[in-house]
Amino acid sequence: MSENNPIELIAVLLIFFGAIFCFLSSLGLIRLPDVYTRSHAASKGSTMGVLFTLVGTFVFFIIEGTFSIRLFLGIFFVFLTSPVASHVVVRSAYRSKVKLADVTVQDDLKAEMEEEGIETIEVHHK
Amino acid sequence: MIDNLLVGSLILLVLSIFATVFRLVKGPSAPDRIQALDCLGINLIAGVAIFSVLLRNTGFFEVILLIGILSFIGTIAFARYIERGVVIERKQSD
Repeated sequence: MSENNPIELIAVLLIFFGAIFCFLSSLGLIRLPDVYTRSHAASKGSTMGVLFTLVGTFVFFIIEGTFSIRLFLGIFFVFLTSPVASHVVVRSAYRSKVKLADVTVQDDLKAEMEEEGIETIEVHHK
Repeated sequence: MIDNLLVGSLILLVLSIFATVFRLVKGPSAPDRIQALDCLGINLIAGVAIFSVLLRNTGFFEVILLIGILSFIGTIAFARYIERGVVIERKQSD
């Protein structure tokens, strides 16, 4: 076992919290009812978890004595692209008429798209 | 202590990768599967980062950057294909 440096322990705790975030977001990916809510869980949870993990790795290797600009670029890139990717996926899901869940209360985008003359999906209200 | 925490977080990541694979196989619509693929790539990035800390090796950082870029491009391409039926739009000249 390696010597216990307290700052190293803080970095590893950051990594561990990131892994917990990833796990919780994947639970949301299993349990939520439709694409739109699932993308909420997947994008926010995973982005947060991966950012925690990568920042923990960054801090760990700074303590070890190497400042890696490639890892910094990786953090920046994930932070920039992950919300964009999930936005594009949900947009394509709405435009390709994937149905909302039965428990959906409100669909504001439908009125906007009908004004522009684009066909929208039927929502079944209970 | 440190190594135990790292192995524990790797186990959590493996469980979450199993969950995304479940969604990838079962997902009722195509955007579900794309979302699961994106999430899989992101979890893979976290796994590689934890592995590089576990081995105390800085050689894996290119892998992190490359997986990030490739997974983003793949997600964008799939989403555009589902939305419009083409990946790259060309201007139609009359």
